[in-house]
Amino acid sequence: MTDASDPMAEIRASFFIECEELLEAMQDGLQTIDDGEWDNETINVVFRAVHSIKGGAGAFGLESLVRFAHRYETVMDSVRSGTMNVDNDLLKLFFRCADHLSDLVRCARDGLDSPEEQGKSLVGELDASIGLTGDEVEEPEEEIEFQPMGLSLDLGLDLPDMAASLDLPQFEIEFAPAAELFDTGNEPFQILKALRDLGECEIECVTDKLVSLEQLSAETPYLYWKVTLSANVDPAEVASVFEFVDGLCTLKIEALSVSEGAAELETDATLEDLPPPLPTVADEPIVQAEKVETKDPVVTRSASQAKAPGAAAAKSVVRVDLDRIERLVNLVGELVINQAMLSQSLESAGLSPHSDAMNGLEEFQRLTRDIQDSVMMIRAQPVKSLFQRMSRIVRESSAAVSKDVRLETEGENTEVDKTVIERLADPLTHMIRNAVDHGLETTQEREAAGKSSQGIVRLSAAHRSGRVVIEVSDDGGGINRPKVQEIAIKKGLIPADSVLTDTEVDNLLFLPGFSTAASVSDLSGRGVGMDVVRTSIQALGGRITITSQEGVGTTFSISLPLTLAVLDGMVVQVAEETLVLPLNVVVETLTLTQDNLDQVRPGLDVVRVRGAFVPLFDLGVSLGYREKKDDYTDSVVLLIAHEDGSRAALIVDEIQDQRQVVIKGLDDSFYRAPGIAAATILGDGQIALILDPSDIIANAQDPSLTKFAS
Amino acid sequence: MSLEILAVDDSRTMREMIRLALEPAGFTVHLADDGVHGVEVLEGLMPDAIITDINMPRMDGFGFIDAVRNQDTYRATPILVLTTEAAPELKARARNAGATGWIVKPFDPAKLIKALQMVAG
Repeated sequence: MTDASDPMAEIRASFFIECEELLEAMQDGLQTIDDGEWDNETINVVFRAVHSIKGGAGAFGLESLVRFAHRYETVMDSVRSGTMNVDNDLLKLFFRCADHLSDLVRCARDGLDSPEEQGKSLVGELDASIGLTGDEVEEPEEEIEFQPMGLSLDLGLDLPDMAASLDLPQFEIEFAPAAELFDTGNEPFQILKALRDLGECEIECVTDKLVSLEQLSAETPYLYWKVTLSANVDPAEVASVFEFVDGLCTLKIEALSVSEGAAELETDATLEDLPPPLPTVADEPIVQAEKVETKDPVVTRSASQAKAPGAAAAKSVVRVDLDRIERLVNLVGELVINQAMLSQSLESAGLSPHSDAMNGLEEFQRLTRDIQDSVMMIRAQPVKSLFQRMSRIVRESSAAVSKDVRLETEGENTEVDKTVIERLADPLTHMIRNAVDHGLETTQEREAAGKSSQGIVRLSAAHRSGRVVIEVSDDGGGINRPKVQEIAIKKGLIPADSVLTDTEVDNLLFLPGFSTAASVSDLSGRGVGMDVVRTSIQALGGRITITSQEGVGTTFSISLPLTLAVLDGMVVQVAEETLVLPLNVVVETLTLTQDNLDQVRPGLDVVRVRGAFVPLFDLGVSLGYREKKDDYTDSVVLLIAHEDGSRAALIVDEIQDQRQVVIKGLDDSFYRAPGIAAATILGDGQIALILDPSDIIANAQDPSLTKFAS
Repeated sequence: MSLEILAVDDSRTMREMIRLALEPAGFTVHLADDGVHGVEVLEGLMPDAIITDINMPRMDGFGFIDAVRNQDTYRATPILVLTTEAAPELKARARNAGATGWIVKPFDPAKLIKALQMVAG
């Protein structure tokens, strides 16, 4: 298929999308079985998913995928046919196989090497589960590599007409169809035609079995054919013509020696020379006549029918380039801004709020907001796929630390921006591992505490006041606060005499380089701490909080914006410039007074907040808008929480508003200024820069240090 | 030779592969997602041949062939079964259900066309 490389690539891409859907259906099915509310159809769904993946994979020559899917399918099949029962071990094996199958699909999609070793051991377990031993094991594999047989009929087509025919091999064929041949929709006429396609044919219809008209039965074949075929093909190829009717006819194929009879070939043994078709098919013209009569309605209906499946498929998934959606999101962002500008200028023109123009504008405003929401929804996806990946993490990590853990999920259909979902995978993985490894007690400890031996990790998602809240909780022992504090002191993260509230202790977990595991297990403790989790959540504009109760469990709660295209911002004024800060980093606001302003050393001002010193920076100076002022009394200060848990205070002139702003990326033609994350356009058409406070503070600290050194 | 074909398969990938294999060769291809849908689509059509998968939700290939053969209009319509295995018992089962022939997946477009032409002209 040289001319179709493009459509093939497209089908390949859609195959992998379909695979994801199938894998999801498979996971769902297995989960249903695990929950104990399943029937035969559940097994069928899982079986078909594996089967379809295998079928498609075969079409694209994805060998290892086909091989593994085949083994998996074989075992599924014995469950399906009832020769095998699903017990806990088998189900666990199925889950692991499903995981492996997903790996194989992804490897195939990304062109990576497949994890062969894991596959081998799983194949071994699968084979063992249906009682196959070494020797038998190889057999099904050959079966897959079985080539589609017999249909290569094209060889004879470009044979030279006469010259070569003299020394062509000859076959004498006698073909007598049985009545059953017609039951399967086969047709002697087509078979003879196929023979003729192989080479020169001399076809003779033998009528000696034909009975008299009054004895004729419409459903009994009386005719048979003798064919002399001269073609440069091997006997197997001649036999392959009869592949579909093998056993449904009396068939004799004899290869003749080349010389005799070859000279007297009738070159034009066309099918027109054939006798009329069999009595059995004599009713066919009647059928066709019916078809002609009803032709018009038939045609219109078939046209609409033909459209239907395509339309149904289109309804389930439309594949759109992400760039196009981005463009749409941007345009809608412009629209929102434009609408805000329009409304401001109408207002300043002094129109009455009850005028038609103002009413119309109000309607316009509502529509704009609806469009914006709908566009954002395009990018939204249910978190289900993410949650399914987590169930795998739970399986793997609980096996690694030998704990019996069950994952419960809730709100799988909650929709979140696609990018957010993608970027949540790593932090969530880490949190789930933590919950399994550190959160849950060992089985012995659980039993001693009077809990069920099976630990539960709960993963839930929900929409809450315009944000998405994702919670990871465990029913483990809760955070051991004295121990956390002790470690933090030992590591020099906090002073030895600190008195901390429970929440403050819990937040110590987010400090870089903190690890509570007494002994580092091979599961967590990979040098990635909760601080990294918090950083990635904050990068998504989110917040993470902990609640923990001793003996009952710990809950990590992530709150995220619905989309990355819109930001909850605090609009501030600094040296006549309007700037936007992400709201999620602003902890609180305060006013400077003589009492809380202090200086620890020249160049480093601090503000006292509830007994702690927080370094103070003038945003206007840090950004180079103005020189340092002499007196900051009565200035407004924003308290910023750093990603590492430390805090800083920024001086601004005025807080204007808290509102959602549409994030506009600064394109490459701008020099990347430190501290500037992006830009937005405000309602009055003014452009405002969106700041990255931690970047600004990091930069602001450097000059002060150099000043101190000199 | 332009033929009208109905292809029934629950896998979108397979349906697209079949369409891609047949449409450039001048075939008219109708598609259906499973046996039940296949019977619905078939209503009012007079395809020259039908291609069907075996493992499908709602109504599998065997059930579909049965449903087709039970209608007098389609008694003689050639039906090709798409199967992943070349196992003889699968072929026997397909034939007992009334299938005309079979194509082993993964199929080669040229062979699919050949097989269709062989059963349907």
